[in-house]
Amino acid sequence: MIKLILTRLAQAVPVMLIVAILTFVLMKLLPGDPAVLLAGEGADLDKVDALRRELGLDRPLLIQLGSWLADLARFDLGRSLFLNQPVAEAIVERLPVTLSLAMVAFVMTIPIGIIMGMVAAYWRDSWVDTAVMSLALVGVSVPNFWLAILAIILFSVTLGWLPSAGYVPIDEGLWLWLRSLIMPAAVLALFQIGYLARMTRSEMLEVMDQDYVRTARAKGVSELRTVAKHAFRNALVSVLTVSGYIFSLLVGGSVVIEQIFALPGIGRLLVQAIMARDIPVVQGTMLFLGFMFVAINVLVDIFYTVVDPRVRYD
Amino acid sequence: MTDATHGVGAATPGPARVSTNSPMRLALRRLMRHRSFRVGLVMLLLIVLLAWAAPWITNGTPNATSVRVRFTPPSLDYPFGTDNFGRDLWTRVVYGARVSLWIGFTVALLSAFFGGIIGVCAAWFRRLDSLLMRIMDALMAFPAILLAIGVSAVLGPQLSSVIIALTSAYIPRCARMVRASALVIREQDYVEAARISGASSLRIILRHILPNCLAPLLVTLTFVFAYAILAEATLSFLGIGTPPPHASWGNIVAQGRDFAVEAWWIMLFPGLAISISALSINLMGDGLRDVLDPRLKIEG
Repeated sequence: MIKLILTRLAQAVPVMLIVAILTFVLMKLLPGDPAVLLAGEGADLDKVDALRRELGLDRPLLIQLGSWLADLARFDLGRSLFLNQPVAEAIVERLPVTLSLAMVAFVMTIPIGIIMGMVAAYWRDSWVDTAVMSLALVGVSVPNFWLAILAIILFSVTLGWLPSAGYVPIDEGLWLWLRSLIMPAAVLALFQIGYLARMTRSEMLEVMDQDYVRTARAKGVSELRTVAKHAFRNALVSVLTVSGYIFSLLVGGSVVIEQIFALPGIGRLLVQAIMARDIPVVQGTMLFLGFMFVAINVLVDIFYTVVDPRVRYD
Repeated sequence: MTDATHGVGAATPGPARVSTNSPMRLALRRLMRHRSFRVGLVMLLLIVLLAWAAPWITNGTPNATSVRVRFTPPSLDYPFGTDNFGRDLWTRVVYGARVSLWIGFTVALLSAFFGGIIGVCAAWFRRLDSLLMRIMDALMAFPAILLAIGVSAVLGPQLSSVIIALTSAYIPRCARMVRASALVIREQDYVEAARISGASSLRIILRHILPNCLAPLLVTLTFVFAYAILAEATLSFLGIGTPPPHASWGNIVAQGRDFAVEAWWIMLFPGLAISISALSINLMGDGLRDVLDPRLKIEG
């Protein structure tokens, strides 16, 4: 067990290194010279050159990559060109918003998605199955940015129940915090609910074809008990694996949702930085998110080994 | 099942005629019996037909502005209304279908192509495996939409950069799928037999491995098509996708967002168009999966 966990951790290191190098290369390809951007329009060439030297942009690429990796090891992501603060600080400031949004959406997704999938599998091929699965299909087909606008029109403009934009930190009151997140989180969760419901259903159907389920039925265990205890328990393992993946997708999706609901999270930081060509921020944010996703994958895999002892890595 | 039971097909003479029981035919017949596949196929064909017929069923000028008819609600003259520049939205949405379907389809095809090559190479040339797959893992670490946003930011708002961005996001997913299938296939006896009889790697890959990976790849390709349509719309909505004035469903929604209350029709119809397209392709994907490869698990 310990060995497995260590192996998995060791496998994550090269992936993280590649993520870092990819991010670096991607940003080097970005059009626009940070020195020119920073110096402002109409600045004279000497000033631009001086800035370029100061930023270390005149050095060979490999050296730049090396120093970027060395800075990374010290959690130094550089300074933003426009925000007048270190990138790491900007990210840490906005992290709670994104994590709150993703967490609330996650808490909605997991039970609803699993229950929908189980209900559909239990009443397989009946109208219940058709209805639930149609709903799930709509969930994975409707673009969430569009749904977000419709939701704002309905719940904020017409009914006036929920705020249309803005984030309230949790220490200003749990209810206010939740109120500011319910709508964005629900919109964000919809796709994943559909995805999880579809996945849970097919997983359940597969498990219900297994011998041990037939055995349970044959020995007279009630159908509900068969499904809940024998089938669901076994389907749960793969459903849980997907949930880590779903959390990553929720964080990724929050980039768009934060933009619409004006939530000051990492996604909004990223999109604004892209628009302003604030390269260090784009670089830092992408890298941070990439590392976070790798870490989530590792955690899920480790969890998986704990739940299902049959899992082995080569 | 024997040929005789199938009547017409079996009766057709000639050596070129494939038996009615060829796996391809069987799959096709089962597909056409699959209800959701049929529904999805008809919906998609309708959308493609509309997109193809765009010059004849619309006024033909998606970017023509007319100040006098700004913000006209849906009416007989303007079935979907007009936007803040007085442009006819029916025309824009129909022309937008061309952009969305073209981008979605190209992305699906390119991802399947490159993903297929990478997946097969990783499975066949074992020395390349860990390098290729670690790079794919690193790319997979980012949710597709995020990677697409990053690449799109680098390349700037152009049609080609949207395609490159989305393709690079979906290649790793296809590669993984193909690698998994290819790893199973390379251990089969017929591959062993081909190797012993002296077939080259290239020949084995092309003749034995690839054809047998096609079923899962086709299913993946279909879902990527649907995801790509949603993702293109998302990028365009964020302003880093299809650049205005090109009509794309995503950028029409973005434009209509500012007038969502007073002129709801601007954002409503392109959003419906995205949903219906994605829905039809997902329905087809479900059918394909049920028929070709029921155990396949797709990651979005």
